[in-house]
Amino acid sequence: MRLRTYKSQGLVLRQYTLGEADRILSILTPNMGKVRVVAKSVRRPQSKLRGRLDLTNIVEFSASYGRNLDIVTEAQVRDDHPRIRSDLSLLSQAVYVCELTDSFAEERSPSRDIYQLATVTLDLLPDSHDVWLVTRWFESRMLEVAGFRPELHSCVECGSELQPDDHMLDLAAGGVLCPQCRAYGIGARVHITESAMRVLRHLQRSSRFRDVGSPNIGRKIKNQVEGVHTRYIRAILERSLKSEEFVRRVAESELYYDSGGGAASSSSV
Amino acid sequence: MNNNTEHSSDPIARLIEEFHKLPGIGPKTAQRLAYYLIRMPGDYAHGLADAIVAVKDQVAMCSRCFNLTDTDPCNICSDPQRDETTVCVVEEALDVLALERTHSYRGLYHVLHGAVSPMNGIGPDDLKIQPLLSRMNDEPISEIILATNPNLEGDATAMYIHRLISPIGIAITRPARGLPVGGDLEYADESTLGRAIEGRQSF
Repeated sequence: MRLRTYKSQGLVLRQYTLGEADRILSILTPNMGKVRVVAKSVRRPQSKLRGRLDLTNIVEFSASYGRNLDIVTEAQVRDDHPRIRSDLSLLSQAVYVCELTDSFAEERSPSRDIYQLATVTLDLLPDSHDVWLVTRWFESRMLEVAGFRPELHSCVECGSELQPDDHMLDLAAGGVLCPQCRAYGIGARVHITESAMRVLRHLQRSSRFRDVGSPNIGRKIKNQVEGVHTRYIRAILERSLKSEEFVRRVAESELYYDSGGGAASSSSV
Repeated sequence: MNNNTEHSSDPIARLIEEFHKLPGIGPKTAQRLAYYLIRMPGDYAHGLADAIVAVKDQVAMCSRCFNLTDTDPCNICSDPQRDETTVCVVEEALDVLALERTHSYRGLYHVLHGAVSPMNGIGPDDLKIQPLLSRMNDEPISEIILATNPNLEGDATAMYIHRLISPIGIAITRPARGLPVGGDLEYADESTLGRAIEGRQSF
């Protein structure tokens, strides 16, 4: 006989308001993949679920099977990432991590690797000296575990080994083209400089974050690497992630804050 | 709509349909409300209709605090008894009502009309943040209370605003978080309970 309820640990990836006081949540679990559940009356102050099912929280929850969506009956917080929640820059990165995870995780399909990657990344964010590096490593690993690892070592068309040089990533083919194959085809491509390629390959080789080490990467190369990841991910998902804009705005406000700006000169904010 | 509606004469069906569009009103409740109105005296129905029309025609945003009002500036902004040096920033106009019911706050408000919601594509430009910054320049404000909701989106909004206004050097505060009056300790979530303990006061 099928059980009417189930229990699991999960990472709250997304939430939508439903009706007057309910919320639909997208929770990533290690064994059941992404599940969509309803948290009834969670927006009411009296709700016993209130405060527990917030975005980026890792929770232990019980749910009962519903006709369309399951219904959360109980939840306890395992980790609400207090350091992330008190730092706007970390928070923006964590939201991006959750949205990217939500985009790649499949519903009702075991996704232990994706779950582990997302939770490890959220743990790494507040402890790392380079948040940018954590996020790029996360993107690289997500492409790997979701089955979209770009081919960066040999030509995706003819298979020939690539020589150290600037290259072109063919977004549709999912890999780099050699100078000969570049002449054919009309698909969207991204230029990768030799230095950016070194960073991309290094990230791809690093299955654990500690393997990445502390490479000294200049701002220009960082922008190139980020641009390659962003365009490749957009090509796979066929859309941009909504949190990309927020991450950019937060980074801008950080520069503004660091420069000692204020409302007095805030017309551009 | 179910069969009952289909058999109703047109004005009744229309009324049921209109009620059904309201939040929290299902088809059955919509029918009950419609038939209740039919049985009520004509004055009552006309009064309700007039109130609905008036609210749409006369209510607008206060040009200063963006609260919903039928006068500009709103009653709170034009009240000389209010403390003009303190501004409480809230997400929605309903939050103003909630704070007013406490009778504990005598300052002014600023309604953002939402919170930053990165995954839903709602960014700082979609909120009334820029007018708040303008108020900082034009008004003698000495304290900003960031009373956005205590969830991830509310926190993100508060931190974003804090980052923009903190270089000015005025006091920026956030309402305390703790146990609800009349609640049971065992049902408090870990985060609230933790903050309540951290913020304990001498007895």
